[in-house]
Amino acid sequence: MSVTTEPSSGPYAYLKAQSRWRVIEVAFWLCTLLPYFLFPNYLVLASQIAITALFALSLDLILGYAGIVSLGHAAFFGLGAYTAGIASKYGWGEPITGLFIGGAMAAAVGFATSFIIARFRHLTLIMITLGLGLLLHEAANSAHFLTGGADGLQGVKIWKIFGVFGFDLWGRTAYTYSLIVLFLGFLLARRITNSPFGLALRGIRENSVRMPAIGAPSRAHIRKIYTISAAMAGVAGALLAQTTETVALEVLSFQRSAETLIMLVLGGAGMLYGGLVGSAIFMIARDQFSGINPQYWYFWIGLLLVFVVMVLPNGILGGLKKLLSSWRGRS
Amino acid sequence: MIGPVIGVLFDGFAYGMLLFLLSVGLSVTLGMMNFVNLAHCAFAMLGAYVTVFLMNDLKWPFLATLPFAFLAAAFVSVLLERTLYRPLYRASDLDQVLLTIGLAFISVAVAAYIFGTILQPVQMPPYLRGSFNVMGVNFAVYRLFLIAVALIITLVLVLALEYTRFGAQVRAAVDNQRMARGLGINVDGAFAVTFALGSGLAGLGGALAIEIVGLDPSFAFIYLVYVLIVVSVGGLGSIGGSFIAASLIGISDVAGKYYVPEIGAFLIYLVMILLLMWRPAGLFGKR
Repeated sequence: MSVTTEPSSGPYAYLKAQSRWRVIEVAFWLCTLLPYFLFPNYLVLASQIAITALFALSLDLILGYAGIVSLGHAAFFGLGAYTAGIASKYGWGEPITGLFIGGAMAAAVGFATSFIIARFRHLTLIMITLGLGLLLHEAANSAHFLTGGADGLQGVKIWKIFGVFGFDLWGRTAYTYSLIVLFLGFLLARRITNSPFGLALRGIRENSVRMPAIGAPSRAHIRKIYTISAAMAGVAGALLAQTTETVALEVLSFQRSAETLIMLVLGGAGMLYGGLVGSAIFMIARDQFSGINPQYWYFWIGLLLVFVVMVLPNGILGGLKKLLSSWRGRS
Repeated sequence: MIGPVIGVLFDGFAYGMLLFLLSVGLSVTLGMMNFVNLAHCAFAMLGAYVTVFLMNDLKWPFLATLPFAFLAAAFVSVLLERTLYRPLYRASDLDQVLLTIGLAFISVAVAAYIFGTILQPVQMPPYLRGSFNVMGVNFAVYRLFLIAVALIITLVLVLALEYTRFGAQVRAAVDNQRMARGLGINVDGAFAVTFALGSGLAGLGGALAIEIVGLDPSFAFIYLVYVLIVVSVGGLGSIGGSFIAASLIGISDVAGKYYVPEIGAFLIYLVMILLLMWRPAGLFGKR
């Protein structure tokens, strides 16, 4: 009896095929360079989009892959922002180490809370993430001496990157810097999701009861990805603090958690690119409609959400994919 | 010394009763269908705005507006339940959360469009105003009225759930939805009625809340958090649990804001997280 394993089959070949770069992916990343040439006046917005995209990507890791619905992910974004901001206020304004400090702080808190997160599901999980987010928001609001409370953190001074590239008014450095960090974060997320560990996470999302039954350490997996995701959110927050040189209390708010969730779902969760596309569309739309009262802006957001849930269950990218495959099937 | 303590307990209990009215409907519907309805407080807000509209624009007396607050919220909720909620009963938590957050966003924007973002002024009738003094403790008449209404409603709810045929169906559906279906109980129908009743009670709660906490379009989100805390701490589908959780949360919130104002809001979230870690299904939850 001989078992011949074809080189084109088996789990490792599958993972390898998944992790191959496609043309459309390369095209997508080339498109991120377009703002330099087409919209040089909008680079500040572009850097904000890149930061938000990184945050949405971190949420995608836990929500899209591990199926953890979090309504308080801004907690880690805010932690990273405040840590980097406060570090620079008290004398350490080096940007790249600042990112690491912000990410490490968020990762530490993420690791500590992951023990709680891994134990619960459904409504209890939603409530606990919401509660932790609100808890941190209130804490930052009360700790006026450290965070500036509702007035925001003032006096953030960021040094030049490598001592050469200072942050300019037009957002040139800010965008380049954010884009590079986003790309590195994306590479990391791509590597994680195309690994056996990433497959195990998808297993937890699909059936959280069966995974432990087949011997997968589900809780350890959830703790790991939650910590990684928290670190990435912290880096995104630190980026925002550094590029805007201020930290507002809003970075910790429920609104930010909810909006990022919306961006991710709008783009399509569990596809890596969903968060990137969703945040770009969302932020550009908000910029274009910034003239209207924010209260009315929420009307359209709400309507959009209802529409996405009812008509496009996998977001824009999921819809496109479906369209594409049905079109291919016909020809 | 004991005076302020009783005063805080009284105010906290009145606030808790308000939270109970707002949350009891959500507790029962969540227990039945496991549908995470984050738009629940939007129905409460609707009831509140109906009362404001009837009182300020049509000059109705306050008490006469309350039934309409209830009916309006119940009617709109059943409309939405039939059209939007129903297809998502089997969907994931995430889809339910997104749909209902979307509805809540829309409600906030519509309220802001019609009534503006200002705090709505209401003038309570004279017999509900003022307070009287018993042994150095002030009892506000309106809060007494609120407590009385909540207690009557609790009593009616408990009796209806325990002693009527419909109540038995609802209890069966909460305990085991599939089994109840198997026995020929019309779970969908029972759910629709429960949903309307629960949203109606939220509308009534919203109307009663105006005098205590004020009303502006952010109501749908600010009180959503409190309502969710009550529901998840009390346990799904448990009226008694909601009652006790609402009283606890109301009293600890008022006491926290009175005695330690620096960490007042902080305290509530901490209590909720610790309680949920101790009992993930809530104090009286079965699952």
